[in-house]
Amino acid sequence: MSLISTRGLSKNYSGLQAVSNVDFNLPEGQVRALIGPNGAGKTTFVGMLSGRIKSSSGSVIFRDKDITQLPAHKRMTMGMAYTFQITSVFSKLSVHENVALAARRVIKGKPSVVNEKVASVLEKVYLADRYDQIAGDLSYGHQRLLEIGMGLAQSPKLFILDEPTQGLSATEVKGFIELVGVLSESTTILLIEHNMDVVMKAAHYITVLNFGEVLAEGTPDEIRANQSVQTAYLGSH
Amino acid sequence: MSSLADSSAGLHKPLLSQGIRSILLHVLIVVLLFLLYFALPVYHSGNLARILVLAVFAMGYNVLFGYTGLLSLGHALFFASGMYGFGLAIQFLDVLPGAAIFIGLLSAVAVSVVVGVLALRTTGVAFMIVTLMFAQAGYLTVLLFGEYTRGDEGFNIHRSDRVLFGFDLSQATNRYFCALILFAICLFLIAWLVHSRFGKTLVAIRENEERARMLGYDIQRHKLIAVIISGTLSGAAGVAYALLFGYAGASFAAVQYSILPLLYVLLGGAGTTIGPLIGTVFMFYLIDLSSDFASAYLSSEFASAYMLIAGIVLILLTMFAPQGFAGLLRSKYKWLP
Repeated sequence: MSLISTRGLSKNYSGLQAVSNVDFNLPEGQVRALIGPNGAGKTTFVGMLSGRIKSSSGSVIFRDKDITQLPAHKRMTMGMAYTFQITSVFSKLSVHENVALAARRVIKGKPSVVNEKVASVLEKVYLADRYDQIAGDLSYGHQRLLEIGMGLAQSPKLFILDEPTQGLSATEVKGFIELVGVLSESTTILLIEHNMDVVMKAAHYITVLNFGEVLAEGTPDEIRANQSVQTAYLGSH
Repeated sequence: MSSLADSSAGLHKPLLSQGIRSILLHVLIVVLLFLLYFALPVYHSGNLARILVLAVFAMGYNVLFGYTGLLSLGHALFFASGMYGFGLAIQFLDVLPGAAIFIGLLSAVAVSVVVGVLALRTTGVAFMIVTLMFAQAGYLTVLLFGEYTRGDEGFNIHRSDRVLFGFDLSQATNRYFCALILFAICLFLIAWLVHSRFGKTLVAIRENEERARMLGYDIQRHKLIAVIISGTLSGAAGVAYALLFGYAGASFAAVQYSILPLLYVLLGGAGTTIGPLIGTVFMFYLIDLSSDFASAYLSSEFASAYMLIAGIVLILLTMFAPQGFAGLLRSKYKWLP
């Protein structure tokens, strides 16, 4: 059963067809990578899933409900979480408050319940010892981890990550792949990713976008062997 | 596992003591203001009553500007809504002061709902312009209905209409403590608000609106409620001003009264609970002293030079203390609310 799916989803930027007619199904529990060359429409596509970008036509179905017309914040309250392509945290607030803001939207209980959640999330993203630092003072890699932590604190059904490993060091990327493995036990993950190492190791299944259309879908091995994918990435002769 | 327990224990401790410190600070300020009335000469305690009312105006402004990050240039409209809602009701509806206060507050709520719904369709500079335009429209409306409002000249509110629960508020002591009670209520209300879930979300919107939206918060709803709280507190200050000082006039609806709360808050420290009071005291005495200075040392044609003196001091302050007084204090004492 699909957690989220789209039917004929399209986005037209005054004449430029950024995404055209995409049918997409993401089953519950899967780690899906969305790949494709620059300008393939990946960010536009997940933007329409999360509600940041309004679709031109087609529909989005999340947890059996048509959410095409819902604003972004309502989609988040239905169990989505989203991390930005360009790191976006509350840079003047503490690490603890950043995660608490995410947790508080979901947990209506006492502050102590929120604090417990925050502590357990910070533990998972290796930031437990930095809870009182100002987020803007963290290194870039730690800020990315913090943003993932903010997603986790919402206990999402669907976690959308837009290029999470961009700008991370090799060791941090390795840590991220492990983290995805842990997260995938409790949530469905959709990640846009350029780092093929991450894609091949972390994803169960891959969707390739090219010129706004689905070029291919399959397991990492199938995609690796796919001729048209290689042509799209490397160019034809 | 042990590090998890440690860190969660570590999270509780500073939060708790921060809450207690902040309560103590606010109680201390109110007690201090209570005692000041008996310590100060009559002239200054009279000033202080006025300052406390204006500080309530600034605290209302601070909810929107300091905590939500929305810069309004039209708060005179909310102040005037309260002032005229109260004043006109007393003047023409033949109601008791209590009912007139209620009408004043109600008109501030109504005006802030309308302005909020319309102005929040814009952001940034456009929001400043739209709020400024609304306030100008309000000012012109006051002048247009000069037959009732007496325009710039204004009207006095009769002494018999300024009696509340048997206390004659034209009398200095009653007036001061009425102003102090209003101030204390607003101070504790805001201290509670900024500590609440809602207040923390406002700060999140101020810091990074798009991130807050993508955490699932309804930004428009939060902003609208912030405008209503801010406008209503400003309106309450307008009601109190008319009630305590017995006068309502169009100058309180003019653009100057939209700029003043911004200056109070900037000087005192935006996004701090005590900043508005500090800024109002400072600004009030800055104008008071510089006009004394100008009239003492300059010939009468330069008497208005006091604004120049005040202006220079303000420029120096924004250059050297852009976070305001309470902002400076907070960089030293991080727990300041």
